[in-house]
Amino acid sequence: MECSGDAILVRLSGVWRLQGGLPSDATVRQELERSPRPARIAFEAQTLTHWDSTLLTFLVAISALCRQRGINMDRAGLPAGVRRLLELAEAVSERKGARKEAEEASLLERIGTTTLGATASLAEILAFLGGMTITFIRLFGMKARYRASDLFLLIQRCGAEALPIVTLISFLVGVILAFVGAVQLKQFGAQIYVADLVGIAMVREMGAMMTAIIMAGRTGAAFAAQLGTMKVTQEIDAFTTAGFSPLEFLVLPRAVALILMMPLLCLYSDFVGVLGGAAIGVGMLDLSWTTYFRETTNAINVTDIAGGVFKSSVYGVLIALAGCLRGLQCGNSSSAVGDAATSAVVTGIVAIIVACGTFAVIFYVLGI
Amino acid sequence: MSGEAKNGNGAKPHITVRDLTMAYGTFVLMRDLNFTINHGDVFIIMGGSGCGKSTLLRHLIGLNEPAKGEILYGDENFTKADPVQKQQMVRRMGVLFQSGALWSSMTLAENIGLLLEEYTDLSPADIREVASLKLALVGLKGFEDYYPSQISGGMQKRAGLARAMALDPEILFFDEPSAGLDPISSRLLDDLILELRDSLGATVAVVTHELASIFTIGNNSVFLDPESKTMIASGNPKELLAHSQDHRVIRFLTRAEKESP
Repeated sequence: MECSGDAILVRLSGVWRLQGGLPSDATVRQELERSPRPARIAFEAQTLTHWDSTLLTFLVAISALCRQRGINMDRAGLPAGVRRLLELAEAVSERKGARKEAEEASLLERIGTTTLGATASLAEILAFLGGMTITFIRLFGMKARYRASDLFLLIQRCGAEALPIVTLISFLVGVILAFVGAVQLKQFGAQIYVADLVGIAMVREMGAMMTAIIMAGRTGAAFAAQLGTMKVTQEIDAFTTAGFSPLEFLVLPRAVALILMMPLLCLYSDFVGVLGGAAIGVGMLDLSWTTYFRETTNAINVTDIAGGVFKSSVYGVLIALAGCLRGLQCGNSSSAVGDAATSAVVTGIVAIIVACGTFAVIFYVLGI
Repeated sequence: MSGEAKNGNGAKPHITVRDLTMAYGTFVLMRDLNFTINHGDVFIIMGGSGCGKSTLLRHLIGLNEPAKGEILYGDENFTKADPVQKQQMVRRMGVLFQSGALWSSMTLAENIGLLLEEYTDLSPADIREVASLKLALVGLKGFEDYYPSQISGGMQKRAGLARAMALDPEILFFDEPSAGLDPISSRLLDDLILELRDSLGATVAVVTHELASIFTIGNNSVFLDPESKTMIASGNPKELLAHSQDHRVIRFLTRAEKESP
């Protein structure tokens, strides 16, 4: 760079590549900002061998500074390609409002926005629950419209096809419970009570809860993704314009399928869990199969089983509603579908745990 | 029909939009839209990308509620109708969504049949026959048992059209019919739209920014401008091109090759 009187000559040379990082324009900047103000800046590029966006970025910054300070920028010395690109970059003035405001919102503002958002989403949830209540009433009045073939397919998907994973998880939960119990009970020579522990825990709580959590991850997420995708492809709009209520046509069969299948899966899970406990009881604690099962049947009664099954049905409703609600709330992009699925699982599991706690209190008060 | 409701050509207005303002929350997209669509029109809703064309279509078919103003179908007020009436009015419309929006869990015949099942007393065999006929009309004879994912994008669009026609609607809405189609398929779809208008006597409203389509099929139009947030022209697109004084309209209709009138 040369400075002669009120003119600056910038000599560009060598290779300008993005891989080398952006060069600093500090020295040129310094010269441009000195006083007295230089009148013009010129360039010379005879020894410039290769250039790309780095040079342009460098020049655009200088050009902006020149315009700001009223310095004449002589571009004649630049390669023709650079000149044209520079003109192109400066041809359209920045669209007003196109640049996002980066300013930090104040704490109060953020609290306000969050509150408004929470109110709006609460209203949405209430509207959805209200709509679903009406839909269920229509179902019992045999007025609801949905495709029976859809319902059967859904029952198969969230019933039979969930068996392998329910088997695996329930068996292992039974095994874990038995291990935990065995270590403690062995100290008193009361190994036989492992059967009571596993039986009661599985039937009253764990069977329903583990099935619910499996189904929230497996089926709740699937519901949200299905409905979310249908929202993106406008299939849900097509239902609405064809006069079909998406709640009746899409959400209802999903909810019904889960309400019907969850109790069955829960019973199955209870049984497999007890089997897992028995495997430990027989294999490690030297109990016989008959003793183990006699002890289990003595420990649990029909009320326990019915309580667990009832809970699982409620969990089923929660999972289906959480999945479908998040699906219907989905935005219009593929990433929104992923968010909807995530949100469905989180909502579903939170709802399950809250319901589980509520049931524990109610059952305690009622003395069940 | 009162004198006021008739326009210069003596054609009866099918759809009347009065003082329509469209907004998402507090963000106003378009305001003061006033236009009429006459019986038998092929009405083009045009404007640059993202200016609210599709949103206007969503208002016309009742998927979005106007922030202000009203929409009339014939003499019936669509905006103020109660849900049951609205449902009946919507049933007289057919909509082809941008991507076809076929129901992916059903075959093409089921997609069309579902509407017939719901709104007619036809037997399953008759429903299938009607569905086959509709598919044949859009050139998809023999594809009854295909699922939407098994056919190409252009075919999905045509199948979507067949579904939109299932109940012989009085008004057909098209959202960007030529988007994602090659020039020839797009041309065939245009021909099909005109053919249907003539043979069914339906009114057609099309959202598009394809100039070729606009001039081939449109005989009436409205031009939406995102800068001023309102409509800046309406009428026959060919006449707009010849006589419009607005440089924004001319720029759009000539692909910016002619700058000012």
